[in-house]
Amino acid sequence: MADIRNNFVGIKSPNPFWLASAPPTDKAYNVIRAFKAGWGGVVWKTLGEEGPPVVNVNGPRYGAIWGADRRLLGLNNIELITDRDLQTNLREIKQVKMDWPDRAIVVSLMVPCIEEAWKAILPVVEETGADGIELNFGCPHGMSERGMGAAVGQVPEYIEMVVRWCKANTRMPVITKLTPNITDVRKPARAALAGGTDAVSLINTINSITGVDLDSFAPQPTIDGKGSHGGYCGPAVKPIAMNMVAEIARDPETAGLPISGIGGITTWRDAAEFMALGAGNVQVCTAAMTYGFKIVQEMIAGLENWMDEKGHRSLDDIVGRATPNVTDWQYLNLNYVAKAHIDQDACIKCGRCHIACEDTSHQAITSMLDGVRHFEVIEEECVGCNLCVNVCPVEGCITMEPLAVGAMDKRTGKPVSPNYANWTTHPNNPMAKVAAE
Amino acid sequence: MAEGLFKEGIVGGRLESAQYAENFSDLHPPLDNHEALVESDRCYFCYDAPCMTACPTSIDIPMFIRQISTGNPLGSAKTIFDQNILGGMCARVCPTETLCEEVCVREVAEGKPVQIGRLQRYATDVAMEQGKQFYSRAAPTGKKIAVVGAGPAGLAAAHRLARYGHEVTILEAREKAGGLNEYGIAAYKSTDDFAQAEVDYVTSIGGITIENGKALGRDYHLAELSASYDAVFLGLGLAGVNALRADGEDANGVSNAVDFISVLRQSSDLAGLPVGRRVVVIGGGMTAVDAAVQSKLLGAEEVTICYRRGQEHMNASAFEQDLAAANGVVIRHWLQPKQVVSDGGKVVGIELEYTAMKGDKLSGTGEIVRLAADQVFKAIGQSFEPSALNGSGASIAMEGGRIKVDAEGRTSLKKVWAGGDCIAGGDDLTVSAVAQGRDAAESINRALMS
Repeated sequence: MADIRNNFVGIKSPNPFWLASAPPTDKAYNVIRAFKAGWGGVVWKTLGEEGPPVVNVNGPRYGAIWGADRRLLGLNNIELITDRDLQTNLREIKQVKMDWPDRAIVVSLMVPCIEEAWKAILPVVEETGADGIELNFGCPHGMSERGMGAAVGQVPEYIEMVVRWCKANTRMPVITKLTPNITDVRKPARAALAGGTDAVSLINTINSITGVDLDSFAPQPTIDGKGSHGGYCGPAVKPIAMNMVAEIARDPETAGLPISGIGGITTWRDAAEFMALGAGNVQVCTAAMTYGFKIVQEMIAGLENWMDEKGHRSLDDIVGRATPNVTDWQYLNLNYVAKAHIDQDACIKCGRCHIACEDTSHQAITSMLDGVRHFEVIEEECVGCNLCVNVCPVEGCITMEPLAVGAMDKRTGKPVSPNYANWTTHPNNPMAKVAAE
Repeated sequence: MAEGLFKEGIVGGRLESAQYAENFSDLHPPLDNHEALVESDRCYFCYDAPCMTACPTSIDIPMFIRQISTGNPLGSAKTIFDQNILGGMCARVCPTETLCEEVCVREVAEGKPVQIGRLQRYATDVAMEQGKQFYSRAAPTGKKIAVVGAGPAGLAAAHRLARYGHEVTILEAREKAGGLNEYGIAAYKSTDDFAQAEVDYVTSIGGITIENGKALGRDYHLAELSASYDAVFLGLGLAGVNALRADGEDANGVSNAVDFISVLRQSSDLAGLPVGRRVVVIGGGMTAVDAAVQSKLLGAEEVTICYRRGQEHMNASAFEQDLAAANGVVIRHWLQPKQVVSDGGKVVGIELEYTAMKGDKLSGTGEIVRLAADQVFKAIGQSFEPSALNGSGASIAMEGGRIKVDAEGRTSLKKVWAGGDCIAGGDDLTVSAVAQGRDAAESINRALMS
């Protein structure tokens, strides 16, 4: 049986599934329900400094986009950090940690960008017995207008400075949560590392408008006729998040820096993919907000089953396994040749591969053969682009088949070379690095 | 339990009164908004879609479904009506399981086609409930066209002609327009007086006058129409019913299935409609199933369809056969009627002979079975009654007992076009009649305006 116990920067949890800092972790009631359902840990919803509590809008806080049958694909929110009193949160954190010692409780923090503010809050959080802190440098709405959240996360120098303050003022592990609303996510990660962070977590939510009401011409979610960009999350952001995780995991400057992966994780498979790209554990929010806490049971069982099936004994066997395979375009093997192949028995003859290829790609799929509706790849034209595979509604019907070394590529009329060759040495590349001789 | 259930003979009131409304409610209830969105999302928007090819009116089915999925049901309805102005009725009565839905790639892939018929009904219902008219008439041309018969072919022709600015007069023998939509379709396929609502919707474009009670050959002749109109479209139905050719078929209790259905459709009090305790329907097509199922729904205890060939030869689709079975109708095969047995002039049973194929010829085996019956319906096909045309003076070319037309619907007579069940080579489908009426109208317009 696979062992999925997680040790993330010294914080232990029975599984790698944590609830991200968000509405599901705003109070003891929810967190206890989550732990009962099986979640390995939580990042408690972001606490602010002592004082009058934060206020939220009283209209809609969430917007969404949907797929078929109203399946929620993307969610956005304009909710701020906890609007509950600081002492109440601290009291509840302490109690829950005492009652659930085997689960991870990390406390998310966001206070003004002055050292005194951090010095004030760190000891009171430490006193709760929480396992660590997560610095919320990510929230893109509301708090960022007040110089916090993403306003810090978008300036690497601020990140480094605040992380340094925290490391100097607490013994708790520090996880720095990064915003994706930045051009190159490696810069804030490097800054966090320079400040001494124990880990980074990413991604926080993405600036977004989920829709526009075409009667009132107001962005959604709409509050009294107006809208503001909210933070986008859910299954739709997963590819963006995975790329950012991989970028940090493979950056020589941050390689080895522990990463807590966040962004659209809904199933065990999503979690496994993040971990393969280098995440030491994962945080989930939207999936729980869509289906409730019970989904973690599918995640636990699914991850265990997959690991058993593949012979992976512990999470260490899978974390980062895909990282070395993420590279730059310039290093991709240009001598690798694949062609689409349509399984005629599986084909239902919808013709989408044909029209996609015909209208928008390389005219490499037939629609008719001897007067009969028939879809087949014309290898002389196929560049192996994979579009037909992606638009085919039947899984496994169209596959990309690599040509064996020595086989004739009918498009180029040349045999497939046994040698690896990439753009850096390609004759068409004016910058080609020609061998010394 | 209602007292009438086991009464001998042909009587009404077999069921509790509330049961009738339930029995004759909509066979396929309309999709609600969410159901329509979910179902429309199943459509793959196929290239050169097989469903579109299979539709006799060539509706752009992937497009109208996509328009539903994007929240544009009115646009969807227009896509349908562009090709088929009777798209509302066709959505209800088309044997989609042998047309668009049979070739849907999802039928091929998973045995569950996109429910094209129900989606078409959804879109057309939205437009018709709003009374949304998509077409306006072109400037008047001054041309006058007579349309004989206000059935699907005639209505489709009239609408298209009116769009072009012509003045159309529809001459209809019966009291109401609609043809088989009004008189010949099972009640549970066209509820809430839909056929008349559709006639109103189609004719509200303007320029169409319907004159009821005007039968060709009785009240006027074809030659008169040709003389006083610029063009004539014949959209006649099938007035003749094939005989059983069995002894004693004139007994009291033997009647035409089409007449039974027609009476049922026009009845405002189904409880008062008499039906036998034991009903035998002779035939194997849609009409046989419609008559049998409705007999059952009226409270007949035993309803048996007897068909002279095998299950695989039946004209009724597999869906219709299942519908009959689900309603408790027994379908028996390889039986042909020999003699209607009567007592005191009333039917008490029917003797049938088993049949078998001898080579490629069907013949009786000599084995006889007798079924008790107090009502027998004839549903072994209808035929075109050419006598209405014979009185017209000019002879019109016929083929296989029906009017011969070319690809555009032109008959052998100058100025006369035809479409629907009365023409040769048809398949007796509402949707085909619509296509023929529409195409003949295009041909007429070309001829008149060139």
